[in-house]
Amino acid sequence: MKLYNGGSILTGLVIFLGLVTFPLWFNAGSKAYSQPEVKLPAKEKECIESKEFMRKEHMQLLNEWRDWALREGKRTFVNSKGKEYTISLQNTCMKCHDNKAEFCDKCHNDQAVSPYCWDCHIQPEGLKK
Amino acid sequence: MNALYSLVFVFALVLIPLIGVGAAKLNVFFGICIPSTALLVFLAGFVCKIYGWAKRPVPFRIPTTGGQQEPYDTTLFTQNKWDNPSTGPQTVVRMLLEVLCFRSLFRNTAVKLDVKNNVVAYASAKWLWLFAILFHYSFFIIVARHMRLFLAKVPMPLEWLEFGDGIMQIGIPRMYMSDVLILVGLLFLLGRRLVDPKIRYISLVNDYFPLFLIIGIALSGVYMRYFAKVDVIAIKDMVVSLTQLKFKVPAGIDNSFYVHLFLVSTLLFYFPFSKLMHLGGVFLSPTRNLPNDTRIRHHENPWNDKSIMPHSYAAYEDDFRAPMFEAGLPLEKLPEGAEEEAKA
Repeated sequence: MKLYNGGSILTGLVIFLGLVTFPLWFNAGSKAYSQPEVKLPAKEKECIESKEFMRKEHMQLLNEWRDWALREGKRTFVNSKGKEYTISLQNTCMKCHDNKAEFCDKCHNDQAVSPYCWDCHIQPEGLKK
Repeated sequence: MNALYSLVFVFALVLIPLIGVGAAKLNVFFGICIPSTALLVFLAGFVCKIYGWAKRPVPFRIPTTGGQQEPYDTTLFTQNKWDNPSTGPQTVVRMLLEVLCFRSLFRNTAVKLDVKNNVVAYASAKWLWLFAILFHYSFFIIVARHMRLFLAKVPMPLEWLEFGDGIMQIGIPRMYMSDVLILVGLLFLLGRRLVDPKIRYISLVNDYFPLFLIIGIALSGVYMRYFAKVDVIAIKDMVVSLTQLKFKVPAGIDNSFYVHLFLVSTLLFYFPFSKLMHLGGVFLSPTRNLPNDTRIRHHENPWNDKSIMPHSYAAYEDDFRAPMFEAGLPLEKLPEGAEEEAKA
């Protein structure tokens, strides 16, 4: 069957199909995907809240910590079990999770999210990797 | 009623994966079978539709134009090159303006009563253009942004897009501007069908259904990101391994993801058979993509039989001169010897 202006229509169609199937041929080149594995602290076994809570809500918690510490001057956090912690990213969180590259960045880079923690905070000296 | 049918239908579509995954545990069916089938149907349907359109001949120039066409005397009038193009490149510019800037929606008018002058008149109505462009560009950005969950290694420009979309740093997780704008756009496009009686009268189920469906997709996405905080790592694992044809369904993915995925699959199934095909159709609309050169170039019907040659009147008379003369019909050229005969 005759196509009218077949050349340009087919070119457009091929470009469109290429764009839609972009993930297929882009991923075909890279090796099989596996979930990133974070390096958990060796010494400490328990975080300030449960693992499930931290997985879901750590960004919310850090945001609240920032507001409490810097805007309200409140420096103590009481977790769901009643245990007290000092509100500080660098002194509390990073005491155990002492390697940003091996912990934070693993998932964040994988998901292409860029948290703005490090706009203000400096990674503790000697831990830059 | 049409709006209500569509709404109920979308609710039913939400319930299917909720029951299918929540109660029947059909994770593989809803996570892999349905989306891959949907993608195949989308691609095949899209190609068939375009192929069907490409088969239709467009022998003549039929652009709908606005503005001065290329004038015979260029000193008298100036051509409106983008509204009334006469060459290929000008038509390309016109098409770009149409596809990227929605120029014909920008020219939208509405009949209004001008109270001050007490006349009924056409006035510019830009709302449709504004919300349509918000909706379409937000949708585009959202689709592009989703690539971070589809690509094993995310290219730099997509990271910038993610950063730019959330640059206002409102809330945690950062609010994406496109999430808000797509909902604003959709709600206007829906509201206009519901509020204006004239548009409500002509609105069909297939006008409301895509709107409700895309609203459902956007809301389920918003719910997943800002409220349920689903496990994106597990989701990415599933999606990327699907694109690498290594099928796996990790545990711990929230049901809301399956709802989102099912609604998107429905959109893909529905797309090639619906008005949403204007995605491809806009490029093939002959009232837009043809230059207005009807009187500049000679256009020939492409399916004319080449063996049938033009037959002039002179040639016709050559064929039938003798019988025509005999019948006494007026002739441009008399048969040989006829003049002498008449004299004699």
